[in-house]
Amino acid sequence: MLGFMEPLIEPGFFSNTPVQTALLVGGVVAVVSGIVGTFTVMRGQSFAGHSLADIGTAGGSASFLLGISPLFGFVAMNLMAAGVMEWIGIRRPRGRDLATGIVLGAALGLAALFLYLDTTASSTTGATVNVLFGSIFTLPASVVPFIAIFSVVAAGIVLALYRPLILSSVSSDLATAQGVPVRLVGIGYLVALAVAVSLSAVTIGAILSTALLIGPAATALRITNRTGRAALIAAAIGVAATWLGVLLAYDSYYWFPTRGGWPVSFFVVTLIFLTYIVSQTRPRTRSPGGQPSIARDAG
Amino acid sequence: MFSALMLNAWGSASIVAVVAGVVGFFIVLRGSAFAAHALPNGAFAGAAGASLVGVDAIVGLAVFSILGALTIAGLGRRARHDVATALVIVVMLGLGSLFLSMTTEYAPEIYSLLFGEVLGVSSSELVPIAVIGAVSIAMILVMYRPLMFSSVMPDVAEAHGVRSARMEVAFLLVVALTTTMAVPVVGALLIFSLLISPGAAARCFTNKPLAAMGLSVLIALGTVWSAIALSFLSNLPIGFFVGSIGAATYAAGRGWVAWRRNRPRSPRATRTLPRAVAG
Repeated sequence: MLGFMEPLIEPGFFSNTPVQTALLVGGVVAVVSGIVGTFTVMRGQSFAGHSLADIGTAGGSASFLLGISPLFGFVAMNLMAAGVMEWIGIRRPRGRDLATGIVLGAALGLAALFLYLDTTASSTTGATVNVLFGSIFTLPASVVPFIAIFSVVAAGIVLALYRPLILSSVSSDLATAQGVPVRLVGIGYLVALAVAVSLSAVTIGAILSTALLIGPAATALRITNRTGRAALIAAAIGVAATWLGVLLAYDSYYWFPTRGGWPVSFFVVTLIFLTYIVSQTRPRTRSPGGQPSIARDAG
Repeated sequence: MFSALMLNAWGSASIVAVVAGVVGFFIVLRGSAFAAHALPNGAFAGAAGASLVGVDAIVGLAVFSILGALTIAGLGRRARHDVATALVIVVMLGLGSLFLSMTTEYAPEIYSLLFGEVLGVSSSELVPIAVIGAVSIAMILVMYRPLMFSSVMPDVAEAHGVRSARMEVAFLLVVALTTTMAVPVVGALLIFSLLISPGAAARCFTNKPLAAMGLSVLIALGTVWSAIALSFLSNLPIGFFVGSIGAATYAAGRGWVAWRRNRPRSPRATRTLPRAVAG
Protein backbone atom coordinates (compact mmCIF):
# COMPACT_ATOMS: atom_id res chain seq x y z
CA MET A 1 0.00 0.00 0.00
CA LEU A 2 2.82 2.32 0.87
CA GLY A 3 4.92 1.14 -2.05
CA PHE A 4 4.76 4.47 -3.82
CA MET A 5 6.45 6.07 -0.81
CA GLU A 6 9.41 3.76 -0.97
CA PRO A 7 11.92 6.41 -2.06
CA LEU A 8 10.97 8.34 1.07
CA ILE A 9 10.44 5.55 3.54
CA GLU A 10 12.85 2.64 3.51
CA PRO A 11 11.10 -0.75 3.40
CA GLY A 12 10.40 -2.29 6.77
CA PHE A 13 10.00 0.99 8.62
CA PHE A 14 6.59 0.26 10.10
CA SER A 15 7.16 -3.43 10.79
CA ASN A 16 10.41 -2.88 12.69
CA THR A 17 9.93 -3.37 16.46
CA PRO A 18 12.57 -0.86 17.66
CA VAL A 19 11.05 1.68 15.28
CA GLN A 20 7.56 1.02 16.64
CA THR A 21 8.81 1.47 20.22
CA ALA A 22 10.72 4.60 19.20
CA LEU A 23 7.66 6.13 17.52
CA LEU A 24 5.41 5.31 20.47
CA VAL A 25 7.75 6.41 23.27
CA GLY A 26 9.06 9.38 21.33
CA GLY A 27 5.53 10.54 20.65
CA VAL A 28 4.46 10.26 24.30
CA VAL A 29 7.60 12.03 25.52
CA ALA A 30 7.17 14.79 22.94
CA VAL A 31 3.57 15.45 24.06
CA VAL A 32 4.49 15.60 27.76
CA SER A 33 7.54 17.77 27.01
CA GLY A 34 5.44 20.16 24.91
CA ILE A 35 2.85 20.65 27.67
CA VAL A 36 5.36 20.98 30.51
CA GLY A 37 7.79 22.97 28.36
CA THR A 38 5.28 25.69 27.55
CA PHE A 39 5.33 26.65 31.22
CA THR A 40 9.11 26.20 31.44
CA VAL A 41 9.53 28.84 28.74
CA MET A 42 6.89 31.15 30.24
CA ARG A 43 8.49 30.91 33.68
CA GLY A 44 12.02 31.43 32.34
CA GLN A 45 13.22 28.13 33.77
CA SER A 46 14.91 26.75 30.65
CA PHE A 47 18.19 26.42 32.54
CA ALA A 48 16.56 24.32 35.23
CA GLY A 49 14.81 22.24 32.56
CA HIS A 50 18.10 21.56 30.82
CA SER A 51 20.08 21.06 34.02
CA LEU A 52 17.73 18.40 35.32
CA ALA A 53 18.56 16.30 32.25
CA ASP A 54 22.29 16.53 33.07
CA ILE A 55 21.72 16.14 36.81
CA GLY A 56 19.74 12.97 36.13
CA THR A 57 22.87 11.41 34.62
CA ALA A 58 24.27 11.25 38.15
CA GLY A 59 21.23 9.22 39.18
CA GLY A 60 21.34 7.21 35.97
CA SER A 61 25.00 6.30 36.47
CA ALA A 62 24.37 5.47 40.13
CA SER A 63 21.56 3.13 39.10
CA PHE A 64 24.02 1.10 37.02
CA LEU A 65 26.01 0.52 40.22
CA LEU A 66 22.94 -0.38 42.25
CA GLY A 67 21.56 -2.55 39.51
CA ILE A 68 18.20 -0.78 39.32
CA SER A 69 16.49 0.69 36.27
CA PRO A 70 18.08 3.99 35.20
CA LEU A 71 14.61 5.54 35.06
CA PHE A 72 14.26 5.30 38.85
CA GLY A 73 17.78 6.67 39.32
CA PHE A 74 16.90 9.65 37.15
CA VAL A 75 13.60 10.35 38.87
CA ALA A 76 15.03 10.04 42.40
CA MET A 77 18.06 12.22 41.61
CA ASN A 78 15.97 14.86 39.86
CA LEU A 79 13.38 15.11 42.62
CA MET A 80 16.22 15.62 45.13
CA ALA A 81 17.86 18.19 42.86
CA ALA A 82 14.58 20.05 42.37
CA GLY A 83 14.17 20.16 46.15
CA VAL A 84 17.64 21.62 46.67
CA MET A 85 17.12 24.19 43.88
CA GLU A 86 13.89 25.31 45.52
CA TRP A 87 15.63 25.49 48.90
CA ILE A 88 18.57 27.55 47.58
CA GLY A 89 16.20 29.98 45.92
CA ILE A 90 15.02 29.14 42.43
CA ARG A 91 11.85 31.16 42.99
CA ARG A 92 13.67 34.50 42.97
CA PRO A 93 14.42 35.59 39.39
CA ARG A 94 17.90 36.91 40.21
CA GLY A 95 18.94 33.87 42.23
CA ARG A 96 17.39 31.34 39.85
CA ASP A 97 20.37 30.74 37.59
CA LEU A 98 22.72 30.51 40.51
CA ALA A 99 20.58 28.03 42.44
CA THR A 100 20.34 25.86 39.33
CA GLY A 101 24.05 26.22 38.61
CA ILE A 102 25.23 25.24 42.09
CA VAL A 103 23.07 22.11 42.08
CA LEU A 104 24.17 21.26 38.54
CA GLY A 105 27.86 21.67 39.41
CA ALA A 106 27.58 19.41 42.45
CA ALA A 107 25.57 16.80 40.52
CA LEU A 108 28.09 16.73 37.67
CA GLY A 109 30.79 16.01 40.23
CA LEU A 110 28.74 13.06 41.48
CA ALA A 111 28.17 11.93 37.89
CA ALA A 112 31.95 11.96 37.35
CA LEU A 113 32.37 9.73 40.39
CA PHE A 114 29.59 7.27 39.52
CA LEU A 115 30.59 7.00 35.87
CA TYR A 116 34.16 6.33 36.95
CA LEU A 117 32.95 3.61 39.31
CA ASP A 118 30.74 2.22 36.53
CA THR A 119 33.68 1.91 34.18
CA THR A 120 35.91 0.31 36.82
CA ALA A 121 33.13 -2.01 37.95
CA SER A 122 32.11 -3.32 34.56
CA SER A 123 35.06 -2.19 32.42
CA THR A 124 32.65 -0.91 29.79
CA THR A 125 32.72 2.72 28.79
CA GLY A 126 29.40 2.54 27.00
CA ALA A 127 27.55 3.76 30.08
CA THR A 128 28.91 7.31 29.80
CA VAL A 129 27.89 7.82 26.23
CA ASN A 130 24.61 6.01 26.74
CA VAL A 131 23.61 8.20 29.66
CA LEU A 132 24.69 11.45 28.07
CA PHE A 133 23.52 10.92 24.53
CA GLY A 134 20.86 8.24 24.89
CA SER A 135 19.29 6.42 22.01
CA ILE A 136 15.67 6.06 21.17
CA PHE A 137 16.38 2.89 19.18
CA THR A 138 17.78 0.90 22.11
CA LEU A 139 14.74 1.14 24.37
CA PRO A 140 13.58 -2.18 25.76
CA ALA A 141 9.81 -2.57 25.38
CA SER A 142 9.59 -3.35 29.11
CA VAL A 143 10.08 0.31 30.06
CA VAL A 144 6.93 1.37 28.21
CA PRO A 145 4.53 0.93 31.20
CA PHE A 146 6.78 3.00 33.49
CA ILE A 147 7.04 5.68 30.86
CA ALA A 148 3.25 5.77 30.65
CA ILE A 149 2.93 6.13 34.44
CA PHE A 150 5.46 8.95 34.71
CA SER A 151 3.92 10.75 31.72
CA VAL A 152 0.53 10.70 33.40
CA VAL A 153 2.05 12.00 36.66
CA ALA A 154 3.87 14.91 34.97
CA ALA A 155 1.00 15.94 32.71
CA GLY A 156 -1.49 15.37 35.55
CA ILE A 157 0.30 17.77 37.90
CA VAL A 158 0.35 20.47 35.23
CA LEU A 159 -3.34 20.00 34.41
CA ALA A 160 -4.31 19.96 38.10
CA LEU A 161 -2.45 23.23 38.68
CA TYR A 162 -3.46 24.66 35.32
CA ARG A 163 -5.18 27.95 36.27
CA PRO A 164 -2.98 29.02 39.21
CA LEU A 165 0.08 27.94 37.23
CA ILE A 166 -0.78 30.21 34.30
CA LEU A 167 -1.49 33.09 36.64
CA SER A 168 1.69 32.70 38.67
CA SER A 169 3.79 32.15 35.54
CA VAL A 170 2.55 35.41 33.99
CA SER A 171 2.81 37.54 37.09
CA SER A 172 3.58 36.22 40.53
CA ASP A 173 2.51 39.54 42.11
CA LEU A 174 -0.89 39.33 40.47
CA ALA A 175 -1.20 35.69 41.48
CA THR A 176 -0.33 36.51 45.10
CA ALA A 177 -2.94 39.26 45.12
CA GLN A 178 -5.51 36.75 43.87
CA GLY A 179 -4.68 34.43 46.74
CA VAL A 180 -2.73 31.86 44.72
CA PRO A 181 -0.14 30.05 46.87
CA VAL A 182 2.63 30.97 44.43
CA ARG A 183 5.41 29.09 46.18
CA LEU A 184 3.43 25.86 46.45
CA VAL A 185 2.41 26.09 42.80
CA GLY A 186 6.08 26.66 41.93
CA ILE A 187 7.13 23.58 43.89
CA GLY A 188 4.39 21.51 42.27
CA TYR A 189 5.52 22.66 38.85
CA LEU A 190 9.15 21.86 39.66
CA VAL A 191 8.11 18.30 40.57
CA ALA A 192 6.28 17.95 37.24
CA LEU A 193 9.36 19.32 35.44
CA ALA A 194 11.67 16.93 37.27
CA VAL A 195 9.49 13.92 36.40
CA ALA A 196 9.02 14.99 32.77
CA VAL A 197 12.73 15.63 32.25
CA SER A 198 13.72 12.33 33.90
CA LEU A 199 11.34 10.57 31.57
CA SER A 200 12.66 12.24 28.45
CA ALA A 201 16.36 12.18 29.39
CA VAL A 202 16.39 8.49 30.22
CA THR A 203 14.49 7.48 27.11
CA ILE A 204 15.86 9.76 24.42
CA GLY A 205 18.96 11.26 26.06
CA ALA A 206 19.82 14.58 27.61
CA ILE A 207 20.15 16.44 24.29
CA LEU A 208 16.72 15.60 22.93
CA SER A 209 15.18 16.10 26.34
CA THR A 210 16.10 19.79 26.34
CA ALA A 211 15.35 20.19 22.65
CA LEU A 212 11.80 18.83 23.01
CA LEU A 213 11.15 20.73 26.23
CA ILE A 214 12.21 24.20 25.06
CA GLY A 215 12.20 24.32 21.24
CA PRO A 216 8.57 23.45 20.36
CA ALA A 217 7.23 25.49 23.31
CA ALA A 218 9.23 28.58 22.35
CA THR A 219 8.03 28.23 18.75
CA ALA A 220 4.41 27.74 19.85
CA LEU A 221 4.50 30.78 22.12
CA ARG A 222 5.69 32.74 19.11
CA ILE A 223 2.62 31.60 17.15
CA THR A 224 -0.06 32.12 19.78
CA ASN A 225 -0.47 34.02 23.02
CA ARG A 226 -2.96 31.61 24.54
CA THR A 227 -1.25 29.21 26.92
CA GLY A 228 -3.51 26.20 26.31
CA ARG A 229 -3.30 26.50 22.55
CA ALA A 230 0.48 26.99 22.79
CA ALA A 231 0.80 23.76 24.77
CA LEU A 232 -1.15 21.86 22.11
CA ILE A 233 0.88 23.37 19.27
CA ALA A 234 4.12 22.63 21.13
CA ALA A 235 3.07 19.00 21.60
CA ALA A 236 2.20 18.74 17.90
CA ILE A 237 5.52 20.27 16.78
CA GLY A 238 7.41 17.97 19.14
CA VAL A 239 5.65 14.85 17.88
CA ALA A 240 6.14 15.84 14.23
CA ALA A 241 9.85 16.56 14.74
CA THR A 242 10.39 13.32 16.65
CA TRP A 243 8.62 11.12 14.13
CA LEU A 244 10.28 12.77 11.16
CA GLY A 245 13.64 12.48 12.94
CA VAL A 246 13.10 8.76 13.56
CA LEU A 247 12.14 8.29 9.92
CA LEU A 248 15.21 10.16 8.65
CA ALA A 249 17.50 8.26 11.02
CA TYR A 250 16.02 5.00 9.77
CA ASP A 251 16.50 6.09 6.16
CA SER A 252 20.06 7.22 6.85
CA TYR A 253 21.21 3.67 7.58
CA TYR A 254 23.06 3.47 4.27
CA TRP A 255 24.11 7.11 4.09
CA PHE A 256 27.74 8.13 3.90
CA PRO A 257 29.92 8.01 5.99
CA THR A 258 28.59 6.33 9.11
CA ARG A 259 27.98 2.68 9.57
CA GLY A 260 24.63 2.18 11.21
CA GLY A 261 22.98 5.47 10.39
CA TRP A 262 23.03 9.07 11.50
CA PRO A 263 21.87 9.75 15.07
CA VAL A 264 18.17 10.50 15.65
CA SER A 265 19.06 13.32 18.02
CA PHE A 266 20.84 15.20 15.24
CA PHE A 267 17.77 15.12 12.99
CA VAL A 268 15.23 15.99 15.68
CA VAL A 269 17.32 18.86 17.07
CA THR A 270 17.91 20.28 13.60
CA LEU A 271 14.20 20.10 12.73
CA ILE A 272 13.23 21.79 16.01
CA PHE A 273 15.84 24.51 15.60
CA LEU A 274 14.79 25.24 12.01
CA THR A 275 11.12 25.48 13.07
CA TYR A 276 12.13 27.93 15.78
CA ILE A 277 14.18 30.06 13.37
CA VAL A 278 11.27 30.17 10.88
CA SER A 279 8.88 31.23 13.66
CA GLN A 280 11.33 33.99 14.61
CA THR A 281 10.94 35.57 11.19
CA ARG A 282 7.20 36.05 11.79
CA PRO A 283 6.11 39.36 13.21
CA ARG A 284 5.08 39.09 16.85
CA THR A 285 1.47 38.04 17.34
CA ARG A 286 -1.04 40.40 18.86
CA SER A 287 -3.74 39.12 21.11
CA PRO A 288 -7.29 39.70 19.85
CA GLY A 289 -9.12 42.73 21.24
CA GLY A 290 -5.95 44.56 22.13
CA GLN A 291 -5.60 42.84 25.49
CA PRO A 292 -2.07 42.80 26.85
CA SER A 293 -0.65 39.57 25.61
CA ILE A 294 0.04 36.94 28.20
CA ALA A 295 3.21 35.61 26.74
CA ARG A 296 4.60 38.74 25.17
CA ASP A 297 8.27 37.96 25.64
CA ALA A 298 7.96 34.26 25.94
CA GLY A 299 9.16 33.32 22.47
CA MET B 1 52.70 14.28 44.03
CA PHE B 2 55.10 17.03 42.93
CA SER B 3 57.14 15.03 40.44
CA ALA B 4 58.13 16.50 37.07
CA LEU B 5 55.17 14.77 35.46
CA MET B 6 52.77 16.41 37.86
CA LEU B 7 54.21 19.91 37.38
CA ASN B 8 52.24 20.43 34.17
CA ALA B 9 49.07 19.39 35.96
CA TRP B 10 49.62 21.86 38.81
CA GLY B 11 50.63 24.64 36.40
CA SER B 12 47.80 24.27 33.90
CA ALA B 13 45.19 23.78 36.60
CA SER B 14 46.39 26.89 38.42
CA ILE B 15 46.12 28.99 35.25
CA VAL B 16 42.59 27.67 34.64
CA ALA B 17 41.64 28.39 38.26
CA VAL B 18 42.85 32.00 38.14
CA VAL B 19 40.99 32.73 34.88
CA ALA B 20 37.88 30.88 36.06
CA GLY B 21 37.93 32.83 39.32
CA VAL B 22 37.99 36.19 37.54
CA VAL B 23 35.54 35.32 34.75
CA GLY B 24 33.31 33.38 37.15
CA PHE B 25 32.89 36.42 39.37
CA PHE B 26 31.28 38.26 36.45
CA ILE B 27 29.23 35.22 35.45
CA VAL B 28 27.66 35.16 38.91
CA LEU B 29 27.21 38.94 38.89
CA ARG B 30 25.52 38.93 35.47
CA GLY B 31 23.49 35.76 36.06
CA SER B 32 25.05 34.10 33.00
CA ALA B 33 25.26 30.65 34.56
CA PHE B 34 23.39 29.01 31.70
CA ALA B 35 25.79 30.38 29.07
CA ALA B 36 28.71 29.26 31.25
CA HIS B 37 27.28 25.77 31.10
CA ALA B 38 26.21 25.82 27.45
CA LEU B 39 29.47 27.04 25.89
CA PRO B 40 31.82 24.40 27.37
CA ASN B 41 29.26 21.68 26.80
CA GLY B 42 28.65 22.71 23.18
CA ALA B 43 32.35 23.28 22.53
CA PHE B 44 32.86 19.63 23.38
CA ALA B 45 31.03 18.89 20.12
CA GLY B 46 33.61 21.06 18.36
CA ALA B 47 36.39 18.89 19.72
CA ALA B 48 34.63 15.82 18.33
CA GLY B 49 34.37 17.59 14.96
CA ALA B 50 38.05 18.54 15.07
CA SER B 51 39.11 14.95 15.52
CA LEU B 52 36.88 14.06 12.56
CA VAL B 53 38.61 16.47 10.16
CA GLY B 54 42.01 15.83 11.72
CA VAL B 55 42.85 19.19 13.31
CA ASP B 56 43.86 19.90 16.88
CA ALA B 57 41.02 19.63 19.40
CA ILE B 58 41.64 23.18 20.64
CA VAL B 59 40.75 24.56 17.18
CA GLY B 60 37.41 22.80 17.28
CA LEU B 61 36.81 24.03 20.83
CA ALA B 62 37.60 27.62 19.83
CA VAL B 63 35.43 27.58 16.68
CA PHE B 64 32.41 26.06 18.42
CA SER B 65 32.58 28.12 21.58
CA ILE B 66 32.98 31.40 19.67
CA LEU B 67 30.19 30.55 17.21
CA GLY B 68 28.04 29.50 20.17
CA ALA B 69 28.71 32.76 22.01
CA LEU B 70 27.80 34.83 18.94
CA THR B 71 24.61 32.81 18.31
CA ILE B 72 23.46 33.09 21.93
CA ALA B 73 24.05 36.84 21.86
CA GLY B 74 22.34 37.19 18.45
CA LEU B 75 19.27 35.06 19.18
CA GLY B 76 19.08 36.33 22.76
CA ARG B 77 18.60 39.87 21.51
CA ARG B 78 15.36 38.93 19.78
CA ALA B 79 13.92 36.48 22.26
CA ARG B 80 14.39 35.17 25.75
CA HIS B 81 18.00 34.67 26.61
CA ASP B 82 17.52 31.32 28.33
CA VAL B 83 15.55 29.93 25.38
CA ALA B 84 18.29 31.02 22.96
CA THR B 85 20.94 29.44 25.16
CA ALA B 86 19.01 26.17 25.47
CA LEU B 87 18.55 25.94 21.70
CA VAL B 88 22.21 26.70 21.00
CA ILE B 89 23.40 24.01 23.38
CA VAL B 90 21.13 21.33 21.90
CA VAL B 91 22.08 22.21 18.32
CA MET B 92 25.78 22.02 19.16
CA LEU B 93 25.32 18.74 21.02
CA GLY B 94 23.20 17.38 18.17
CA LEU B 95 26.10 18.11 15.82
CA GLY B 96 28.39 16.52 18.39
CA SER B 97 26.39 13.30 18.37
CA LEU B 98 26.60 13.29 14.56
CA PHE B 99 30.38 13.77 14.67
CA LEU B 100 30.75 11.04 17.29
CA SER B 101 28.77 8.62 15.14
CA MET B 102 31.20 9.28 12.30
CA THR B 103 34.45 8.88 14.20
CA THR B 104 36.05 5.76 15.46
CA GLU B 105 37.28 7.49 18.60
CA TYR B 106 37.00 5.37 21.67
CA ALA B 107 34.76 6.30 24.54
CA PRO B 108 37.66 7.00 26.97
CA GLU B 109 38.75 9.94 24.85
CA ILE B 110 35.24 11.34 24.93
CA TYR B 111 35.15 10.77 28.65
CA SER B 112 38.39 12.69 29.14
CA LEU B 113 37.08 15.69 27.20
CA LEU B 114 33.91 15.67 29.27
CA PHE B 115 35.53 15.17 32.64
CA GLY B 116 39.00 16.54 31.98
CA GLU B 117 42.45 15.09 31.99
CA VAL B 118 44.47 17.39 34.15
CA LEU B 119 47.13 14.73 34.69
CA GLY B 120 47.62 14.33 30.94
CA VAL B 121 48.51 17.94 30.09
CA SER B 122 51.82 18.07 28.22
CA SER B 123 54.37 20.89 28.23
CA SER B 124 53.50 21.85 24.66
CA GLU B 125 49.85 22.25 25.62
CA LEU B 126 50.78 24.55 28.47
CA VAL B 127 51.71 27.40 26.08
CA PRO B 128 48.30 27.88 24.36
CA ILE B 129 46.58 27.48 27.73
CA ALA B 130 48.69 30.26 29.23
CA VAL B 131 48.31 32.55 26.19
CA ILE B 132 44.53 32.19 25.91
CA GLY B 133 44.21 32.59 29.67
CA ALA B 134 46.22 35.81 29.55
CA VAL B 135 44.06 37.14 26.70
CA SER B 136 40.87 36.39 28.67
CA ILE B 137 42.16 38.23 31.75
CA ALA B 138 43.39 41.13 29.60
CA MET B 139 39.94 41.49 27.98
CA ILE B 140 38.29 41.59 31.41
CA LEU B 141 40.77 44.22 32.62
CA VAL B 142 40.29 46.39 29.52
CA MET B 143 36.52 46.48 29.88
CA TYR B 144 36.45 46.24 33.67
CA ARG B 145 34.57 49.46 34.45
CA PRO B 146 31.87 49.36 31.75
CA LEU B 147 31.41 45.62 32.30
CA MET B 148 30.98 46.08 36.03
CA PHE B 149 28.61 48.99 35.44
CA SER B 150 26.43 47.15 32.92
CA SER B 151 26.41 43.98 35.04
CA VAL B 152 25.22 45.69 38.21
CA MET B 153 22.97 48.42 36.82
CA PRO B 154 22.22 47.73 33.15
CA ASP B 155 19.64 50.51 32.80
CA VAL B 156 21.80 53.23 34.35
CA ALA B 157 24.80 52.03 32.35
CA GLU B 158 22.78 52.24 29.14
CA ALA B 159 21.84 55.83 30.01
CA HIS B 160 25.55 56.60 30.42
CA GLY B 161 26.31 55.26 26.97
CA VAL B 162 27.42 51.74 27.87
CA ARG B 163 25.87 49.49 25.24
CA SER B 164 24.75 46.46 27.19
CA ALA B 165 24.18 44.38 24.04
CA ARG B 166 27.79 44.97 23.02
CA MET B 167 29.00 44.22 26.55
CA GLU B 168 27.06 40.95 26.41
CA VAL B 169 28.78 39.88 23.17
CA ALA B 170 32.21 40.85 24.49
CA PHE B 171 31.65 39.03 27.75
CA LEU B 172 30.35 35.87 26.09
CA LEU B 173 33.48 35.90 23.89
CA VAL B 174 35.60 35.96 27.05
CA VAL B 175 33.62 32.97 28.34
CA ALA B 176 34.23 31.27 24.98
CA LEU B 177 38.00 31.81 25.28
CA THR B 178 37.99 30.55 28.85
CA THR B 179 36.11 27.49 27.62
CA THR B 180 38.63 26.81 24.87
CA MET B 181 41.48 26.93 27.29
CA ALA B 182 39.86 25.07 30.18
CA VAL B 183 38.03 22.16 28.53
CA PRO B 184 41.18 20.13 27.72
CA VAL B 185 42.35 20.55 31.33
CA VAL B 186 39.31 20.20 33.56
CA GLY B 187 36.74 18.98 31.04
CA ALA B 188 33.54 20.34 29.55
CA LEU B 189 31.34 19.46 32.50
CA LEU B 190 33.56 20.51 35.38
CA ILE B 191 34.76 23.89 34.14
CA PHE B 192 31.20 24.93 34.91
CA SER B 193 31.64 24.20 38.64
CA LEU B 194 34.82 26.26 38.64
CA LEU B 195 33.07 29.16 36.92
CA ILE B 196 30.10 29.23 39.30
CA SER B 197 30.94 28.06 42.81
CA PRO B 198 33.99 30.25 43.67
CA GLY B 199 32.29 33.41 42.39
CA ALA B 200 29.04 32.59 44.16
CA ALA B 201 30.84 31.77 47.41
CA ALA B 202 33.00 34.91 47.25
CA ARG B 203 29.90 37.09 46.85
CA CYS B 204 28.61 35.76 50.16
CA PHE B 205 31.70 36.89 52.05
CA THR B 206 32.14 40.41 50.73
CA ASN B 207 30.24 43.07 48.80
CA LYS B 208 33.31 44.92 47.54
CA PRO B 209 33.83 44.02 43.87
CA LEU B 210 37.62 43.79 43.83
CA ALA B 211 37.80 41.90 47.11
CA ALA B 212 35.12 39.50 45.89
CA MET B 213 37.00 38.92 42.65
CA GLY B 214 40.26 38.27 44.52
CA LEU B 215 38.51 35.93 46.92
CA SER B 216 36.89 34.15 43.98
CA VAL B 217 40.35 33.50 42.48
CA LEU B 218 41.67 32.24 45.83
CA ILE B 219 38.70 29.91 46.29
CA ALA B 220 39.10 28.61 42.72
CA LEU B 221 42.81 27.94 43.33
CA GLY B 222 42.07 26.25 46.64
CA THR B 223 39.36 24.11 45.02
CA VAL B 224 41.59 22.98 42.16
CA TRP B 225 44.65 22.35 44.28
CA SER B 226 42.83 20.31 46.88
CA ALA B 227 40.93 18.46 44.13
CA ILE B 228 44.20 17.43 42.46
CA ALA B 229 45.75 16.39 45.77
CA LEU B 230 42.69 14.42 46.87
CA SER B 231 42.35 12.80 43.47
CA PHE B 232 46.03 11.84 43.55
CA LEU B 233 45.72 10.33 47.01
CA SER B 234 42.37 8.57 46.57
CA ASN B 235 42.60 7.63 42.89
CA LEU B 236 39.03 8.89 42.39
CA PRO B 237 38.21 11.25 39.47
CA ILE B 238 39.21 14.87 39.93
CA GLY B 239 35.83 16.12 38.73
CA PHE B 240 34.12 14.59 41.72
CA PHE B 241 36.30 16.63 44.07
CA VAL B 242 35.95 19.84 42.03
CA GLY B 243 32.16 19.48 42.09
CA SER B 244 31.80 18.63 45.77
CA ILE B 245 34.38 21.14 47.06
CA GLY B 246 32.68 23.80 44.94
CA ALA B 247 29.29 23.00 46.44
CA ALA B 248 30.84 22.92 49.92
CA THR B 249 32.41 26.39 49.56
CA TYR B 250 29.08 27.81 48.42
CA ALA B 251 27.34 26.15 51.37
CA ALA B 252 29.97 27.71 53.65
CA GLY B 253 29.26 31.11 52.09
CA ARG B 254 25.54 30.76 52.65
CA GLY B 255 26.22 29.64 56.22
CA TRP B 256 28.34 32.74 56.77
CA VAL B 257 25.57 34.99 55.42
CA ALA B 258 23.00 33.35 57.71
CA TRP B 259 25.33 33.70 60.70
CA ARG B 260 26.04 37.37 59.92
CA ARG B 261 22.35 38.10 59.68
CA ASN B 262 21.89 37.12 63.32
CA ARG B 263 24.58 39.55 64.50
CA PRO B 264 24.43 43.33 64.77
CA ARG B 265 25.89 44.84 61.62
CA SER B 266 28.59 47.46 61.43
CA PRO B 267 27.01 50.70 60.25
CA ARG B 268 29.97 51.63 58.05
CA ALA B 269 28.74 51.99 54.49
CA THR B 270 30.87 50.39 51.82
CA ARG B 271 30.74 50.40 48.07
CA THR B 272 28.29 47.57 47.83
CA LEU B 273 26.69 45.50 45.15
CA PRO B 274 23.01 44.64 45.34
CA ARG B 275 22.48 41.85 47.84
CA ALA B 276 19.94 40.07 45.72
CA VAL B 277 22.64 39.12 43.23
CA ALA B 278 24.36 36.97 45.80
CA GLY B 279 21.58 34.41 45.54
